[in-house]
Amino acid sequence: MTMKVSSRQVDGVTIVDCSGRITLGEGSVILRDTVRDILAKGNKKIVLNLQNVNYIDSSGIGELVSAFTTTKNQGGELKLLNLTKKVNDLLQITKLYTVFDVKDDEAAAVKSFK
Amino acid sequence: MAMTEQRVSYTLDSSLETIDNAEEKATIIATELGFADDEVVQISMAVREGAVNAVLHGNAYAPDKKVTLAFERTGNDLVITIRDQGPGMDLSKIPNPLAPENLLKTSGRGIFLMRSFMDVVEIRPSPTGTELKLIKHVHGPSAGGKEASQ
Repeated sequence: MTMKVSSRQVDGVTIVDCSGRITLGEGSVILRDTVRDILAKGNKKIVLNLQNVNYIDSSGIGELVSAFTTTKNQGGELKLLNLTKKVNDLLQITKLYTVFDVKDDEAAAVKSFK
Repeated sequence: MAMTEQRVSYTLDSSLETIDNAEEKATIIATELGFADDEVVQISMAVREGAVNAVLHGNAYAPDKKVTLAFERTGNDLVITIRDQGPGMDLSKIPNPLAPENLLKTSGRGIFLMRSFMDVVEIRPSPTGTELKLIKHVHGPSAGGKEASQ
């Protein structure tokens, strides 16, 4: 299953609903382009909803890191929402769980932005 | 296909399709060998990362260079070998992705993930390519299976 994304606005926060696989190739490119487009439009509060992301490889992890740092470098914040167990485990073993702000409730995620 | 034989091998192009193909074959074979679902995911992900290294960093997508992928059942081990025809990996340049200075790097986690998911990971670089060997011990119902049942 290839990756699909759709974006929506909730109280000034852009929520990106992702589904499928974030892997080397199309999945990583879609995520990268999506985050760049959001930032280009001046939206700097971003939540990646990964509830329906069932697979991610090292390239996909790299894209999450890239999205995080790109957003931060532009004065924004990017948070992760609703990790599946597989993605959660990957972020734990790579110690990235300590880097990302991970939420499991959308309303709380939206409220958490300053 | 699969492991009705003791060993299966494939010669694959240096393409993105090869990476998906390798992962898919690993999933099928690991499932047929009776690995638990989470182990199947680990094995297929390790093979995917190995294939990424071979296609991208080894062969650099060169159309005249091939990736060889082999699955072998030896005793209670699944042994997976991935060879490329690149210049040979420089082992001294493999980063520790858990080091604080590397945490926000966007690459360099593939070998770490392979080592996290497999029981043994051996990397043998040479001027004519790199051979990667991934071993997972069979713990499931088929452990000792084929040999013991015959």
